[in-house]
Amino acid sequence: MILFLSAQQPRLDSLVDQRFGRCMWLIQYDTDTQQWEAFENPGAKQSGGAGVAAAQFVVNHKANVVISGDFGPHAAGAFQAAGIKMHLYGSEITTIEQAISSHQQGKLAAFS
Amino acid sequence: MQIAVASGKGGTGKTTVATSLALSLADSHPIQFLDCDVEAPNGHIFLNPEINKQEPAVIRIPKIDPDRCSLCGKCVEVCQFHALAKVGKTILVFPQLCHGCGSCTWNCPEGAIEEIPNPIGMLESGLSIAGFPFSQGILTISEPMSTPIIRQLKRWESPSKGDTIILDAPPGASCSVVETLRKCDFAILVTEPTPFGFHDLKQMVGIIEEMKIPAGLIINRDQAPYPPLEVFCLEHNLPILMQIPYDRRIAEGVARGQTLIDIDPLYQEEFRKMMERVESIIMRSRKHTETKGPKP
Repeated sequence: MILFLSAQQPRLDSLVDQRFGRCMWLIQYDTDTQQWEAFENPGAKQSGGAGVAAAQFVVNHKANVVISGDFGPHAAGAFQAAGIKMHLYGSEITTIEQAISSHQQGKLAAFS
Repeated sequence: MQIAVASGKGGTGKTTVATSLALSLADSHPIQFLDCDVEAPNGHIFLNPEINKQEPAVIRIPKIDPDRCSLCGKCVEVCQFHALAKVGKTILVFPQLCHGCGSCTWNCPEGAIEEIPNPIGMLESGLSIAGFPFSQGILTISEPMSTPIIRQLKRWESPSKGDTIILDAPPGASCSVVETLRKCDFAILVTEPTPFGFHDLKQMVGIIEEMKIPAGLIINRDQAPYPPLEVFCLEHNLPILMQIPYDRRIAEGVARGQTLIDIDPLYQEEFRKMMERVESIIMRSRKHTETKGPKP
């Protein structure tokens, strides 16, 4: 399963970024192989349509799940249409590593 | 002749100046007033126009025919506003991000895109209380795109050649202000002697210098010298056209819907004199461009 998480730094021990469309980094994590990669978010520097730009990037990378602090209406619409599940960090999670393990334990709330 | 009143910072007195200027010149100039602050047009409060014409403001947004679409994604690629996304076996359209530029339609190899009108607001016009034509754009609340409606407003009421058009610009220093300033002969920049007013004024001056529009300053709520602003004006060759004092009487009058000339009729003469100066600056800059322009 491919996860995408919004992060402040290109590392697994990075703090999470609560913003989706404007986060600096998107971390791709494969739960089967435990391989990961950090990508600069193409939405971060857009003057408008950041959420759609970031969502298109995540959709193109064949994500199954995307995790962030919140999702705007445009990004959420794109993920719904793509059948990609959205989950939220909530108030407990501070790092990407924590978010990945909490998600695997089924502890992260779904975005609705 | 087109004269825009802009400021950068909001609440510096753009509309107070624009409406007072229009009323001061109503006897001597063929005035036309355009309220381009389409997110919060309020010139009508001071000019009391009788609106007799309305037209919906629309942008043309793409509608994709799923039978003809081959999902090549060209439309998504060319949309610089991210109003389109390719997701699974569909192309999603986000109308609120669309600027109506038509790039997607133009570039679609399958001819699968049709453009449909999407209303974003209203254009209105009528005669002001002083008898000159007034028009305004009103962006529907929750619609984010003010630039297309300003463009449409400026094309709507075609002025005759000798008209003096006064454009009340939106606040800020972004696309909507640039759209208002396009083709203007002069910009009156209204500022206040505060760090915030000064900061935003510098952004505005950056824009008008880039657009090569001559400009002058009105300092509103003037109470004491503010040296950084004065130094900046000298450095950028910006004439100070008028200083409006920080005066409780003016604040009370404006709050009642009065212009400066209602509050103090002496302002009419001040604005007329200012206009003479503006006109001479415009003439001089035209001559300057002509002599500096390319030789035939």
